[in-house]
Amino acid sequence: MPQTPDIQKGRLSTQQLAQNFEDIHPPLDYGNAILEAQRCYYCFDAPCVNACPTQIDIPSFIRKISSGNTRGSAKDILSQNIMGGMCARVCPTEVLCEGVCVRNTQESKPVRIGALQRYSTDWLMEKGDMLFERAPSSGKRVAVIGGGPAGLSCAHRLAMLGHEVVVFEAREKMSGLNEYGIAAYKTVDDFAQREVEFILSLGGIKTQCGVSLGKDLKLSELKSEFDAVFLGIGLGNVNQLEIGDTPLGVFSAVDYIEDLRQASNLENLPVARRVIVIGGGSTAIDIAVQSKKLGAEDVTLVYRRGPENMSATNVEQEFAQVHDVKIRTWLQPNSWLVENGQLSGIRFEYTELNSSGKLMGKDEFLELETDSAFLALGQKMMHKIFELELEMNSGKLAVDENGATSQSGIWAGGDCITAGKDLTVHAVEQGKQAAIAMDQWLRN
Amino acid sequence: MADLSCTIAGIPSPNPFWVASAPPSDKYYNVERAFKAGWGGVVWKTLGIDPPIVNVTSRYGSVELNGQKMMGLNNNELISDRPLDVNLAEIKQIKEEWPDRAVVVSLMVPCNQKDWEYILRKVEGTGADGVELNFGCPHGMSERGMGASVGQVPEYVEMVTRWVKENSNLPCIVKLTPNITDIRYPARAAKTGGADGVSLINTISSIVSVNLDSMSPEPSIEGKGTHGGYCGPAVKPIALNMTSEIARDPETLDLPISSIGGISNWKDAAEFISMGAEGVQVCTAIMHHGFRIVEDMIEGLSYWMDEKGYQNIEDFRGLAKKNVVDWQYLNLNYNIKARINQELCVECGLCFISCEDASHQAIKMKKHDGNRSFEVIDQECVGCNLCMLVCPVENCITMERVDSGKEYQNWTNHPNNPMAVTETA
Repeated sequence: MPQTPDIQKGRLSTQQLAQNFEDIHPPLDYGNAILEAQRCYYCFDAPCVNACPTQIDIPSFIRKISSGNTRGSAKDILSQNIMGGMCARVCPTEVLCEGVCVRNTQESKPVRIGALQRYSTDWLMEKGDMLFERAPSSGKRVAVIGGGPAGLSCAHRLAMLGHEVVVFEAREKMSGLNEYGIAAYKTVDDFAQREVEFILSLGGIKTQCGVSLGKDLKLSELKSEFDAVFLGIGLGNVNQLEIGDTPLGVFSAVDYIEDLRQASNLENLPVARRVIVIGGGSTAIDIAVQSKKLGAEDVTLVYRRGPENMSATNVEQEFAQVHDVKIRTWLQPNSWLVENGQLSGIRFEYTELNSSGKLMGKDEFLELETDSAFLALGQKMMHKIFELELEMNSGKLAVDENGATSQSGIWAGGDCITAGKDLTVHAVEQGKQAAIAMDQWLRN
Repeated sequence: MADLSCTIAGIPSPNPFWVASAPPSDKYYNVERAFKAGWGGVVWKTLGIDPPIVNVTSRYGSVELNGQKMMGLNNNELISDRPLDVNLAEIKQIKEEWPDRAVVVSLMVPCNQKDWEYILRKVEGTGADGVELNFGCPHGMSERGMGASVGQVPEYVEMVTRWVKENSNLPCIVKLTPNITDIRYPARAAKTGGADGVSLINTISSIVSVNLDSMSPEPSIEGKGTHGGYCGPAVKPIALNMTSEIARDPETLDLPISSIGGISNWKDAAEFISMGAEGVQVCTAIMHHGFRIVEDMIEGLSYWMDEKGYQNIEDFRGLAKKNVVDWQYLNLNYNIKARINQELCVECGLCFISCEDASHQAIKMKKHDGNRSFEVIDQECVGCNLCMLVCPVENCITMERVDSGKEYQNWTNHPNNPMAVTETA
């Protein structure tokens, strides 16, 4: 990012930056965990279990915190979701388990399931024992492309079931968006990598970083060299705005967040004085809040529909507002305003729904000044990386209910397939289900 | 990986967790669910001689504590109200389908040898692993000369136990009532009569509350109530003490014990086993949460045993016995004082008022700039640890040992004791 008077590094001191990027949800200590665990009614056929994409037996794991069986608690979690630690930090529990907790009815205070899940998984990871054992070797080898949540979840389950796995990852580090995308204050202390270490400690999983599909690896070769293949390649491209040539000062939110997550010194990140974020999902919220935490003076998030349509939850929107981010809705970008080749503002058009529910411009306009803009319009799959024919669906890989693609011997899961929302927890579940299906296929 | 298999009163069981004789064990349907969930054994709800008894409606009352439901449970239910043959057929079927689980049949018949012989013959035909003699039901049956009215008279306990042992080869567990002055007497009587083990406690005579509008005890049957049997977490301390009494009594040292009373999780079970029990029985916790609680019991106990290096139940059974002593042997020179962690303190003031009103005025409350702080006054603190128990914050108040740890002195030779044992010159 080029520096101008209005886009600069070092707006805040090291101390202030460290404070801003501290854990936004500090963990529960033992006493608080017991108090919170005792709030759980231990429901039967609990709504929270049904709401969890990985079907963790939540009442059971919470009860085991109370009874002092923390190891059993961690096992309940991790046997259903090997990334229970990361999910405890990033799941939008307000629309999943905590959203349906029966304690919402009387007191609007659900049990803090996410915090309790973090308590048990942190406890176990500190102890360092794996909990799981591998089944006897099957003699089969599986290639997993993509070392993110879907790939790692698939690899772990396959290794548990007795297969040998090699995970190929394009970036230098494993864990995909857990490492390169999730907001820094949600996963402090290098947690993504510690979790990768924990997952790999099972054994049977080899990793290769810095190799990508299409460039260094060919799908057809992997298919013949291994007994099965899993694609957990995520979405490597971002959606663009079609409103004219992009001037200097417009950036991809995903790219900036990646730089932020990998920055050894936050003072080296250039931050604009005024920021506009275009988008309505978690990435938009994250870049808006993180810009503020880096020292931006004025941050506005602009979304083309209403707040109820944003994929960011109410909790996330409130979180942004508490951090002094303005949220403007029913506005869509119309054109860039440029001065001396540099972005100086954006012209927005007011929007509304017409009688058939279609989003229309109202032919009324609003100009907002800004020094920089972040586009957080969603991601899409990289194309031209498979030389084999794979059926697609709405720009992503088409799969059956177990994750099998149209090519025999190739499965897929995570953001690169159409099913589920793009949450870490969905990727973990899809990786796990694919591993179970692949295991059955490999043994027949 | 710990091995939970054990024998209880000579009856093999894959784990020490049994379902106690009560509604959760009164028919094939429930018992099958229990075994599917993983319970090691079941004591079938007490059989009697036909015609079966009749139960009332409104059978349970409870004691809650600050929103925690069913801290104590009270029931006025009687023994099984199903025909004897129906029960016997179901017991036979269950035992055939679950041969590795313990199936014990609880019995209560009138106090005569003929009736006991009759019921024993019937039970032997089912293939059950043993019988449990119900000498403990404190209501309904005791008025007819059965249940607690037997358990409260050691001579009757011995007599009936002997009848059973002389008339059957089935292992015989005698269930003791806690509604008695000294549990050791009926336990000794059971042993003398030939019992293979004792189970305790049965329920405690109780009335949970009075409805001040209808002026009747709860549970209320059309405005009237009766004394019932109390159980649940509230009674665990009583059961634990009685288990310890029998386990330590020189006359019943090797008498197998199956402990019952407020066991809700693996830790409770471990405590009873550490006190000497061979196994435990559970009812109230099942009534509260279902049979699924056994999963945590089995797993939690196994993990704890692994952590401690205990490979099987016998490795830790009874280890706590030797540390239960008579008061007069406790070290009077052991001295502890309360310590309040100022960082964890939430300034509720409860330690202060409990010590000020109800103990030795050893906590000082200081007020400054709208905050309060609480400090222990060492000279006044007698180390009773009442404050530690009332403090709502985990680990905020702890007890610190302040004596040198070198001198041991107990009451038996203390100068204040007029009966002191003095050393001969």
